[in-house]
Amino acid sequence: MILLIEQLLNGLQYGVMLFLLAAGLTLIFGIMGVINLAHGSLFMVGAYAGTYVAGLTGSFWLGLPAALVAAGITGFLVEALVIRRLYARDHLDQVLATFALILIFNQLITLGFGRQPVFTPLPQMFSGSVELLPGLPYPTYRLLIIATGLIVAAGLYILINKTRVGMLVRAGASNRDMVRALGVDIRLLYTVVFGLGALLAGLAGYMIGPISAVQVGMGEQILLATFVVVVVGGVGSIKGAFVAGIGLGVVDTMLRAFLPGLLRGVMQPSDADAIGLGVASMGIYLLMALVLLVRPRGLFSAGH
Amino acid sequence: MRLALGIALLALIALPFATEAMGQPALLSLATRVVIYAIAAASLNFILGYGGMISFGHAAFFGVGAYTVGILFAHSGGDALWGVIPGSTNLLVTLPMAVLLSGLVAAVIGALSLRTNGVQFIMITLAFAQMLFFFFVSLTPYGGEDGIIIRRSNELFGLNMRDKTTLYYVILSVGLVFFAGLSRVVNSSFGAVLQGIRQNERRMAALGFAPYRYKLYAFILAGMGAGLAGALMANFLRFASPDMMHWTKSGELMIMVILGGVGSFLGPVFGAAAFLVLETFLAGWTENWQLALGIILLVVVLGTKGGIAGLLDRMRGRMK
Amino acid sequence: MSVLRVSHLVKRFGGLIATDDVSLTVEEGEIHALIGPNGAGKSTLINQLCGELAPDAGRVELAGRDVTRLSVPARVAMGLGRTFQVTSLLEDATCRANIAMAVQAREGLNFRIWDRIVARQHLWDQADALLAGTALAERSAVAVQDLSHGERKQLELLVALARKPRILLLDEPMAGLGHVESQEMITRLREVGAQTPMLLVEHDMEAVFALATRISVLVYGRIIASGSVEDIRANPEVREAYLGAEDELC
Repeated sequence: MILLIEQLLNGLQYGVMLFLLAAGLTLIFGIMGVINLAHGSLFMVGAYAGTYVAGLTGSFWLGLPAALVAAGITGFLVEALVIRRLYARDHLDQVLATFALILIFNQLITLGFGRQPVFTPLPQMFSGSVELLPGLPYPTYRLLIIATGLIVAAGLYILINKTRVGMLVRAGASNRDMVRALGVDIRLLYTVVFGLGALLAGLAGYMIGPISAVQVGMGEQILLATFVVVVVGGVGSIKGAFVAGIGLGVVDTMLRAFLPGLLRGVMQPSDADAIGLGVASMGIYLLMALVLLVRPRGLFSAGH
Repeated sequence: MRLALGIALLALIALPFATEAMGQPALLSLATRVVIYAIAAASLNFILGYGGMISFGHAAFFGVGAYTVGILFAHSGGDALWGVIPGSTNLLVTLPMAVLLSGLVAAVIGALSLRTNGVQFIMITLAFAQMLFFFFVSLTPYGGEDGIIIRRSNELFGLNMRDKTTLYYVILSVGLVFFAGLSRVVNSSFGAVLQGIRQNERRMAALGFAPYRYKLYAFILAGMGAGLAGALMANFLRFASPDMMHWTKSGELMIMVILGGVGSFLGPVFGAAAFLVLETFLAGWTENWQLALGIILLVVVLGTKGGIAGLLDRMRGRMK
Repeated sequence: MSVLRVSHLVKRFGGLIATDDVSLTVEEGEIHALIGPNGAGKSTLINQLCGELAPDAGRVELAGRDVTRLSVPARVAMGLGRTFQVTSLLEDATCRANIAMAVQAREGLNFRIWDRIVARQHLWDQADALLAGTALAERSAVAVQDLSHGERKQLELLVALARKPRILLLDEPMAGLGHVESQEMITRLREVGAQTPMLLVEHDMEAVFALATRISVLVYGRIIASGSVEDIRANPEVREAYLGAEDELC
């Protein structure tokens, strides 16, 4: 039981990470119509920049703005130099151009920081654990991640649903051409959206530093899961990114935690572990396949 | 055009002698890999360039083909798969089996994926490929993450398949047969419908063609092509591993297709050659070859139209 | 038995009713025109009849058979033909190839991967036959993307005819045509209409009065009037719906 709650919380934490990444990505695709494989690279840039500054200054908190600024600037440059040329192109060109960006970013980071994984220092006040229930100590830092994610979600909700910018975003997500026809400065909207996505990615990258290795290629690992979240949630939908992110995060974590154990009951331990892990890894993809069969546009499609 | 093809063919046939004379056996190895990847890239180009389906999971079928050879080898010593299916190391068995199995997997993946389109299609094909990747990683009896070493090369009419030159000619022959077949398919009634669907699916439906069926058929054929390439690769490397079907490998296949020119018949050949040559030479030159590759790719995508084939067309146009 | 029978079709988009209990028929030998002000829901209706859009309620019957749940290709196989308001053709292909593709669709045998499409002479002969005598005959080898708007409209019609449909749904075939082209199109449509029943959605009143044997008027998704040309001309509700366009109806 204790274990169940602990893994549930872990799933929530992973889900919140996925949400932060998926929110940006779904807006970029929904509003700008661009498939951005390099989103994971922004995640990585945020992680490295923040960790670097945190290491230099010895303060976790100083690393945070560094991560956001670095991710934001990188995002701005990427949008201006590459993404802007891809708006009119077909999906294939977008996939390949952003795939090229992944190669470039990975190599640049390797050049700058080497191949060894780097670790972000945990801030003092969050390095312990909190006793949520008797017998259930849970790392405080992970609770911080969950809290941050939920706050960002609430913030995005207010932004999207209660502000003028948010209204433009929602309109753009359901009918890009109409928004253009209405005379909105679409270039500015695009830059804002891309920038927002970059900031969210940078935030997520930095926050995951203390609990997961900061290394080259970290972006691609989580990128795939992020895309699954975007597709399941529905392109262009923040609500979808939230529901699908949390949902898939929990499912993935629970499968990985409990499936091998469950299988040990019916087969050899080594086989159970291998197959359990294999099936658990496939879990979110199977879920996506199921969702797409019933709702080909995802759970909360914004009308594409 | 025919003259150019004829010369190229002669060059390909004469290649082993040339590389031996030059004392560069590695070049023969490179050429063999180019032929194999040309087949894989051409099969992707069929659905991508001719059919307009952006599949990001094509490497999955490549991997299935390779593993068919590997698994058939693993059971060739007498202990049959599930007690009934005997293994084999005969190329005349392993190649058709690889093609058949990859076709079957493509049928399943295609049937499900083609119910979507656009970005959902790209993502779901990517996801299915990753699923297969994880599936093969979990197959510990067949090496799991490390893959399976194929100690005995496949036999073909008693030829010495361990000899690099013999293997090259066998693979080249298969490649030529493949491209001849591909040419027929592209110019067939089905090929015309497929290209129509790429240009305007709505119009084709209004004419009475059910796009799903044609796309699925193309998807299966393409999967079979990739499986063939994978089986050849397993023979060449005498090795099969899950990495062969990682999504980044699908990305590499797409790079080859676009470098060569999407939708052009020989584009994949140029693309595979360009990519592998670039990779080999760049890697020899600098450890950061991926950076150079990324930059080159970015320039090609953003700056040019039609890849190498397009370039050749324009050059020929100017020369007239 | 009507060639096309639409019964109580309803389509809503959120709170908006695009198709409001629409019923109509198209009989053998008739050219049934469907007119109405902009935004009346004509295209939405056509899309439901062809199968691109699923209605929320109601039935569509083709030659007595219920096709309401059938896909576009399935209805086409049963004899439904249509032209698009905004021409939808194979851009990279020539006029001739576009028509041949339609013939190919009708003749079948399209899963063959071993034949040669250029060798299916029958397709090309039929395409040439359809082109013969039309203004497009000299332009048969031109790619669609290089055609003028008027030529594209003509090609749309030829492509639809190549399938030898039982009934034609025409979505504003006159849209964007100049005076001479319009006259030619009217003549052509009259010829076609003599052989094939048509549901003609049109804005161009001259064409409607020249061709129609029956007219239905669609306003805000509802059929407010249906009858002969004289009936519709005299109908006060129709005149009101076309406020400010009285000269069009005279």
